[in-house]
Amino acid sequence: MKMIDPKKSFPILDTIVNENKLVYFDNAATTQKHHSVVDEITKFYNKENSNIHRGVHYLSQLSTKKFEESRAAVKNFINAKHNHEIIFTKGTTESINLLASCYSKILKSGDEIIISEMEHHSNIVPWQMCCENTGAKLKIIPITELGELDLNEFKNLVSSKTKLVSITHISNSLGTINPIEKIINISHENGAKVLIDGAQAAAHVNVDVQYLNVDYYCFSAHKLYGPTGVGVLYGKENLLNYLPPYQGGGEMIQEVTLEKTTYACLPHKFEAGTPNIGGVIAFKKAIDFLTETKVETMKEHEDHLLNYSTDSLNSINGIRIIGTSKKKSAIISFTVENIHHYDLGLILDKMGVAIRTGHHCTQPVMKKFNIAGTSRVSFAYYNTTEEVDYFIVALKKAIKMLS
Amino acid sequence: MKSIQDIEEEIVEEFSMFDSWIDKYDYLIDLGKSLEILKDEFKIKENIIAGCQSQVWLHAENKNDTIEYHADSDAIMTKGIIALLIRVLSNQRPNDIIDAKLDFIKTIGLEEQLSQTRANGLKSMIKQMKIYALAYKQN
Repeated sequence: MKMIDPKKSFPILDTIVNENKLVYFDNAATTQKHHSVVDEITKFYNKENSNIHRGVHYLSQLSTKKFEESRAAVKNFINAKHNHEIIFTKGTTESINLLASCYSKILKSGDEIIISEMEHHSNIVPWQMCCENTGAKLKIIPITELGELDLNEFKNLVSSKTKLVSITHISNSLGTINPIEKIINISHENGAKVLIDGAQAAAHVNVDVQYLNVDYYCFSAHKLYGPTGVGVLYGKENLLNYLPPYQGGGEMIQEVTLEKTTYACLPHKFEAGTPNIGGVIAFKKAIDFLTETKVETMKEHEDHLLNYSTDSLNSINGIRIIGTSKKKSAIISFTVENIHHYDLGLILDKMGVAIRTGHHCTQPVMKKFNIAGTSRVSFAYYNTTEEVDYFIVALKKAIKMLS
Repeated sequence: MKSIQDIEEEIVEEFSMFDSWIDKYDYLIDLGKSLEILKDEFKIKENIIAGCQSQVWLHAENKNDTIEYHADSDAIMTKGIIALLIRVLSNQRPNDIIDAKLDFIKTIGLEEQLSQTRANGLKSMIKQMKIYALAYKQN
């Protein structure tokens, strides 16, 4: 297996935390940034900064060109048909809110939206708001003890009333990789459109939106070794054309009079205001890194870390892994008998290990498993088995202190 | 009755003996374990302190012009911190509680030991204890 030298590509990994070398296992929250991304941001503000589109001067043309090159890179990365099917947002949360806001204008009482019990709050709350606004009904696919979607129950829920099914590709608290192809097929058979929340997926599994035939797909740059404040909403051209605009402002118009405005075509219709230009441009560097290293190569390494640490964790008394699907991404949530996750997180931090503790913005999942929260480790391509070994030693020490 | 100031000084002296964070944490964990158990009847929604990352229940009673605090948490480190606060503020007069500067927290480096979210939780805890004192004073 080809290994990268993390020190070389991710300078932050050299950080010393409380006299220990940082072990960063909080990648599901955000990944660290590839040095080429950081360099590109610096370069942009030092040499290229200008507002995009409509400018006639040199810098404006340069930044516009690079901004649109990023769009093309995203299009190629997820194999969309057209560049204008890529809408830049500030993150997955905004992508979902954008769509929910548009659906608020077209849904009516009697319509139904289906989500699941394992969704991140950002794929629950916007749809609750959308339902409140329209009188549409929200239906929930339950999860099983393994932390998988109950597909039989999904088949019972979906009907001709279902207008949209919005499901996460990979669960951020359980690690489950959902069978989205099946979900998309079943939804389409019933005439429903599908949004896949790819926040935890885009850096870890290959995404081909045309092969999946998915209607909408969204993700955040910051979980793909890219900058924060940049997200993507992919939508099929005809659907995005059909939807009403999201926010009003500059960039999204064709013609404005004080009486009536006509809207710009895709993708500008959904991109009102000045976007995070430097971030979008630097995002291309992250995509280049993913493309050059290959997502499947990364997945192979991350799967190894997943299996290795699952085995190590299972060998410790009192540990219960929450989310035990056979198809998992490199995310492990666990509880330790009689020990609170915050205590564990605090002590591990003292030993230089960064993990996440709490409900991970998935309170319904915590309720399902009857727990207040979990400790979660999540891996990226730059993590190593040596780091897992160190983490396990630190964990055992912490458990000893707290017992 | 020892004054708040006296107790704070005691705690500062105790913590000055610890060289490493491990010793400090071990001590907080021990304090947490030895905290008097809060009766179930007081572990109610109304007694939960908002703004804490772990669940914290705080109950206060008026006893002979002083206030007695009882509290609990599901996290042991939090319980250790609660134990310190109770040791300092419990059985003191409302006015003294309201005026307490609680400088010992800074001196023993408690805030630095905690993450930002937890430091906020600590502030919420102190605020709630003072609010009780204020309420009893006005009654």
